Amino acid sequence: MNSHADAPERSWKIDPLWIVAGVITGAYLLFLLGMIASAATYSSPTELWRALLAREIQYAFGLSLCTCTLSALISLLIAVPVGYLLSRGRFAGKAWLDAALDVPIVLPPMVVGLCLLILFQTAFGRMIERWIPFTYSVAGVVLAQCVIGAAFAVRTMRGTFDHLSARPEEVAMTLGCTRATAVWRVTLPAARRGMFAAATIAWARSLGEFGPVLVFAGATRLKTEVLPTTVWLELSVGNLEAAIAVSLLMVGLAVLVLTGVRVAGERL
Amino acid sequence: MIRLENVAWQAGAFGFSDLSFTVPGGCYGVLTGRTGEGKTTLLELICGLRRPLSGRIWVGDREVTGLPPGARGLGYVPQDGALFPTLNVREQIGFALSIRKSPPDGIKRRVEELAAALGVTHLLDRRPDRLSGGERQRVALGRALAASPRVLLLDEPLSALDDDTREQLLGLLQCIHRETAVTVLHVTHHRMEAQRLAGLMLNLEGGRIREGLVGGGGPASEKL
Repeated sequence: MNSHADAPERSWKIDPLWIVAGVITGAYLLFLLGMIASAATYSSPTELWRALLAREIQYAFGLSLCTCTLSALISLLIAVPVGYLLSRGRFAGKAWLDAALDVPIVLPPMVVGLCLLILFQTAFGRMIERWIPFTYSVAGVVLAQCVIGAAFAVRTMRGTFDHLSARPEEVAMTLGCTRATAVWRVTLPAARRGMFAAATIAWARSLGEFGPVLVFAGATRLKTEVLPTTVWLELSVGNLEAAIAVSLLMVGLAVLVLTGVRVAGERL
Repeated sequence: MIRLENVAWQAGAFGFSDLSFTVPGGCYGVLTGRTGEGKTTLLELICGLRRPLSGRIWVGDREVTGLPPGARGLGYVPQDGALFPTLNVREQIGFALSIRKSPPDGIKRRVEELAAALGVTHLLDRRPDRLSGGERQRVALGRALAASPRVLLLDEPLSALDDDTREQLLGLLQCIHRETAVTVLHVTHHRMEAQRLAGLMLNLEGGRIREGLVGGGGPASEKL
């Protein structure tokens, strides 16, 4: 008689669910890499490098870096108090406010740009433009990037505050802090990773922002041209090499930022 | 002294009304009651972290009903200690004094004195994530006691500890109470803990407080 006959069958088999999930993940990743690799191998590196040396593209690169950094910082300044209010505040209409703050995420990008354009045609908008001209200007690029970037940063900061217990902050208040001092001395230092992530997300979103920038700030070369605008401008005149070169530059920047965030995030 | 007079509080279906009791100055009060009766809420009302619908609250000889938490002169130790995640033990214990802008020398002296009394001197440079449960509670106690509060509020400070650590901290709490004139209100549902510590037993049930005097932690007169 076989002594193993009655033993329960060992189930070392991989669950079919993992196989299906693994295959789908692999196919998706291959597709993404294939997209980038095909763009990268379309032209020779010399051609791509030459395209990047063009004055307009260098200006767009510099402007993209500056505007993205500025809009990430502004987005963070907005996201910290708004995220805190959404996370810690208890008030009527909170669900509505929460939904309203997602509007820039769900609206088509072109519509965001159009709304900005129309806002600055109103009496209120014209009054602001007497101090800082936004329409078809660099300030407009930053504002268009901020509208979207801040919405994502707010989500991240809200999640960060949700994960931080309110107790230490409350204890700080019993020890003599006002709520503002307690937030400054206890909560914000604990939220530093989240703040870093929020700024990074805002930065990355701003780098790829095209629709609102195009509609609100225009696509004037050597003025309001950022990297996504360059891709569009070069494509529209049939200069595929330059469009690809700039696209690869943006992929490189994105990879650099993602790696930097991982490394810095672990050290924070 | 801690005194509540006709205090009412409500959140949805949960709440209490007309709640009154007094813990005399220097007394060790222990508040017991089933889970969900509102013991933590009661401590938060005394702290000023929640606002009562009506009624009055005294801490020491001062009415504090309308005062912000930081002006009530009390120390609060929540259930898990709730240490500040980014500060080391030295900074945690010195926190209340640094907020009051005490001179650095005075803060240093007080931190060292409390750290020695609580047995955490060797931990002063550690952050909370490198402390054991018992160590965290000792630090939380030190942080609450640093500014010499008149009242100490403890919310199940020993609930998550093993028997040996619990025993050590019970002794420490008795020692603190013996050597300071601090009035304590200690929330627990551990019967042995309550019997060992209580000078006054309070039981919260169905929105009502039942009082009973016990031996042990009666009013203390010495001051550290």
